Formats: sequence, C-alpha cells, structure tokens
Amino acid sequence: MIKYLIEKEFKQIWRDRFLLVLIPLLPALVMLVFPWATTMEIKSVNISVLDYDHTPLSAKLINKISSTSYFNITAVAMNKREANDHISSGVADMVIEIPNGFEKELVNDRTSSLMVLANAVNGSKAGFGTSYLNAIIIDFAAQMNFAQGAISLNTMGGISVEPYYWFNPSMDYKIPMIPALIVLIVTLLVGFLPSMNIVAEKESGTIEQINVTPVSKFAFIAGKLIPYWIIGVIVLSIAILVSYLMFGLQPKGSIFLLYGISIFFILGISAMGLLISNYSSTMQQAMFTMFFLIIIIILMSGILTPISSMPEWAQVIAAINPMTYFAEIMKLIYLKGSTLADLMQYIYPLVVFFVIIFAWAMLSYRKRG
Amino acid sequence: MKFRKFIQPLEEGFLSEGDVIRAEGLTKQFGNFTAVDHISFTVHKGEIFGFLGANGAGKTTAMKMLCGISTMTDGQVCIAGYDLKWHVRRIKREIGYMSQKFSLYEDLKVWENIRLFGGIYGLKEDEIERKTELLLDRLDLRKQKNSLVRSLPLGWKQKLAFSVAIIHNPKIVFLDEPTGGVDPATRRGFWEMIYDAAEQGITIFVTTHYMDEAEYCDRVSIMVDGRIEALDTPARLKEMYNSDNMDQVFHTLARRAKRDE
Repeated sequence: MIKYLIEKEFKQIWRDRFLLVLIPLLPALVMLVFPWATTMEIKSVNISVLDYDHTPLSAKLINKISSTSYFNITAVAMNKREANDHISSGVADMVIEIPNGFEKELVNDRTSSLMVLANAVNGSKAGFGTSYLNAIIIDFAAQMNFAQGAISLNTMGGISVEPYYWFNPSMDYKIPMIPALIVLIVTLLVGFLPSMNIVAEKESGTIEQINVTPVSKFAFIAGKLIPYWIIGVIVLSIAILVSYLMFGLQPKGSIFLLYGISIFFILGISAMGLLISNYSSTMQQAMFTMFFLIIIIILMSGILTPISSMPEWAQVIAAINPMTYFAEIMKLIYLKGSTLADLMQYIYPLVVFFVIIFAWAMLSYRKRG
Repeated sequence: MKFRKFIQPLEEGFLSEGDVIRAEGLTKQFGNFTAVDHISFTVHKGEIFGFLGANGAGKTTAMKMLCGISTMTDGQVCIAGYDLKWHVRRIKREIGYMSQKFSLYEDLKVWENIRLFGGIYGLKEDEIERKTELLLDRLDLRKQKNSLVRSLPLGWKQKLAFSVAIIHNPKIVFLDEPTGGVDPATRRGFWEMIYDAAEQGITIFVTTHYMDEAEYCDRVSIMVDGRIEALDTPARLKEMYNSDNMDQVFHTLARRAKRDE
C-alpha cells in the first residue's frame, strides 16, 4: 500500500515545476554564494590615530598598522574629543591613542602603554579588530626589541607572538562555515516542503477521499516521509558536491557515515513539517508556523553563535534542537574526520527526536473530524 | 454534565439478513448545535437509497459519520455487519465514497488515479491493470488515459470519481451530491452508471438536490432540521402527501424547517 502512496507523492512533485527547479537550484546557489557572505573574517577596519608622541617610533607603528590589509587609517585626531567624534560619526571603527613619551618609555623602560578604543555596536568587528591590533602592537614591540638587540623575547613579560594566527593569510573562514551551511539548506527544504503537503490535501479536499479508505495512519505518514527523505539526500548530495567543486572541501571522515546519520535528521525534520501540516488548516498557517520554528532551530543550533554563551533557557532549547547535533556531526566529520564511536553521543538525540516527532505526527493525523 | 453512554457491542441480530446499514439514534452535536438529531433508518441490500434534505439539514454530516470520517456523538450504527464504533477500518474496506468535491487528484493522470486508489484498496498489480483497461473502455476515456484529471470536463470527472469509488467492489457506495453542476444529459448518463452498479449488487446511498433523481431511487428519506421527517418509496410518499411529484413532497416537508441554511 505504501508503495502506491510514495509513487503518488513523487508524481505530484515531478509535476510541480516550481519544486522541480527549487530542489536542485536552492542548495547549489546557497553553497555557491553564502560561504563568501558568511565569512567571519574582518577586513577594512577604519582607524583614527591620536598620536601625542610624534616620534619616529610612533610613526613606524602607525605605518605598520596601515600596511596590513585589515586596517585603513581614515582619520587623524588632534585630541580626544576629535577621536570620539570620529567614532560616533562613523569615520573610524577604532581609535589608537599613542601617549606622549611612548618612544621614550619603550626605549628606556622596555614597556609602555597604548589605548585602543573600539566601537562595539558591531560586536564581532570590535572584538576581532582589537585582537588584530593587539597582535600587531605586540609584534611591533617584539621586532623593536630584536632590532635593538638589547632584550630577548622572554623579557617581554611572557607575551608570546602566537596571535600571528590572526594574520595567517591561508586561514580560511569559509571552510568551517560550509558544513553548517549544508545543514542549513537541508533543514530548510526538508522542513518547509512537507509542512505544505498535508495541508495542501486538506485545501484541495483530496484528504477526505484518502480518509474514507482503510489506509493506516502509519502508511499515510510514512508514505509522505519517505519521498522527503529522498529529496533530502538529493539536496545533501548537491550541497556536498558544490562545496567540493567550488572550495575543494571534502569530508575528512566517512561520507557513508555522514549519509547514514543524515537519515535520522532528515526524517526528524520532515516529520516535524508533517506534524505542523496536521495541525494547520491553511497553507499560510502552516508556512508561518514552520517559519517560526525554523528560525528558532537555526538561531539556537550553535551554527551562528556558540551555545555555551547563550543564557540557560536558550541552552535548553539548543539541547532539544536536532540541528545542534547534526551541525556538530557535520562539522566533526568534515573537519576532524570523527568516527561512528566519537559521534554516538550526538546520534542518540537525533534518533530520539525522530521517534518522538514521527509518533506524534502519526497520532495527530486525524482520519475523523 | 452529560456522560457518554458506556459503549456496548451491538446485540446479535441488530442488523437483519437483508439489510446493509442500520442506524439507531445517530446523533452529531457541535457544541449546542445538533446537526443530526437521533435519526434511525435501515438500508436494504442492493437498493438505491435517496438521502434528501435542504442545505444544512444534516445530510452530509450524517453521511460523513457513516463513512467513518466524522465521529458520532451518540447512536448505534451497523454497516455491512460491523459496528461503526469498533470496526471503522473494516467498514472502510467495504464501502466507497464520492463527495461533491469528487476528490480525485487533479495533478495526477487518469490512469494514475485509478492505480493509486486500486493500490490503496489492496488490489494486486495485475488486477489494477485489468481494472484500468476495463474502466478506460467503459468510460470511453482511452484517449484521455494520459491526461491530467484537471483537464477533464466536469461530467467525466464525476464518472471517473464514481468508478474509482467502487474500484474495490464495495458493499455500499456513498455518493454526496454526485451530479452537481452538470447538464441533464450528463446526469442521466451518471445515473445509468449508478443503476449498473446497483445491478452488480452494490448498495447505493445517495444525497441529491435534484428531485427528478429522487424519483430514480428505490426508497427516499427526507431530512428536515437534523431529523428524518419521511422515509418511504417515492410512490408512497407522493400518495401520502397528495403530490404529483417528489418536488412537491420535498417542498411540503422542507417548509417545516426552522433552521437557517
């Protein structure tokens, strides 16, 4: 019996021109465009310089800052008020204040202090900018000490030159974003499409004809889930293929493992779509409910912001969010090459989520009004 | 506070030998509104049973309860030997249903609709194929085999929907205003199909607005405000209400209605 139901779903999808274009095109486009847009790399931070020192050394430091690709010196301030104006008017994102006697102190005492101000309206820009700038300054100090031949690095108060990390030009932020984007696009498609499905049959009246037949709840829901699982696998494959062709990124771990685990995630999200569809009486209602849920799922999955820095209630949501686990699994398989044994702790929650939501979708499908 | 009666299985012999449906006190309540108010009737095997009533009289609600797609508030019903309260799925195997929306899948082809419902009712692959060929010939739809149902004229859709509703040779078929919106000639053609089915032993339970169609039925019940006001053969009803045709009978009874549409 299920065979005929699955067959019917595929025929209907096949006849829907829009879906036929959407299903392959959306993952391809997302994987082509978004890795560039979601990069965490901070470029072109504008800096206003407030130099009270006016010495060759301060000029050298400013020169060093402006020679990197991260910072542009866009303004020179004469006093603190001007520097503040530069930040509030948007001319500069950061201000570096070099105090009077900077060179003297550094040469004589081997230490000196600088002040860095950052506009934290854009938090990540301020954070990353400050780190970059810090690293440049430390590097500058280290170089200077070497140049003078007087002091070794160790005497620099134990400051290491590690933050060079930030400047590593080959450190590509696109790479860690890609597994997350794959999860995102799979979630969108296998979430939204089924949420439209049952409610569409309600609107057209065909569900009534199905309800007078002896089709069981299980056959009905399973017959609708399996096509979306196959669609999910297609979307996943396109996304994986595009990210390989465009960015040369392929999973370090087993791709079979990845596909195997994806079954639970795709079925779980699809079942959630069907569940919403069961409770909705119009397509509009189903779509907006799903929209709301998908936004929560994405924002509280840890792919955009770390879960550990969320408030406790948000962490609870993240803990029951299937995307949290699947995003982690994707990241681990892709970048770290984790094995099944490493991933078990993330797979259990996915299975539990699927079983609960599937059962709920089955029970909430009412054959009787 | 009202308690639901303790559900007891139907007594032995509740449904007599020659009958396929027996309803006693069938009721549907939506809040304070009683859509179907304790109706009782029996449908004989193989007859064409006309289920008439003005809009809002409760026909469709009653029919949906009989088909197991709406729960009944009260009453005892036995269909094809099964208790409606306990064996809905078994009953569903024995009945066919076609609604006024003739709910075929518009985005599936003619043969695909036949195949889908054949498959759902558990027909085997070769049976489905045989049935498809038979139906395409009988309905004169061979040329349209690969057309989407959406593109068929209304009259053809209705005929196809009826054929699909009886694809599994049910004991009873429920037809909810099956001939709405088509010309008299097409309606006539549809009733010929109904007669054919009845001859094969399928009991027909049909609602309609057309009083000429009521004349075609073996027996007719007329619902007014959720209750059955009259139930007999068309000839006896006409006699009873001193009318020349069913239209007059219907209007005499329907005038008693107090409920709005």
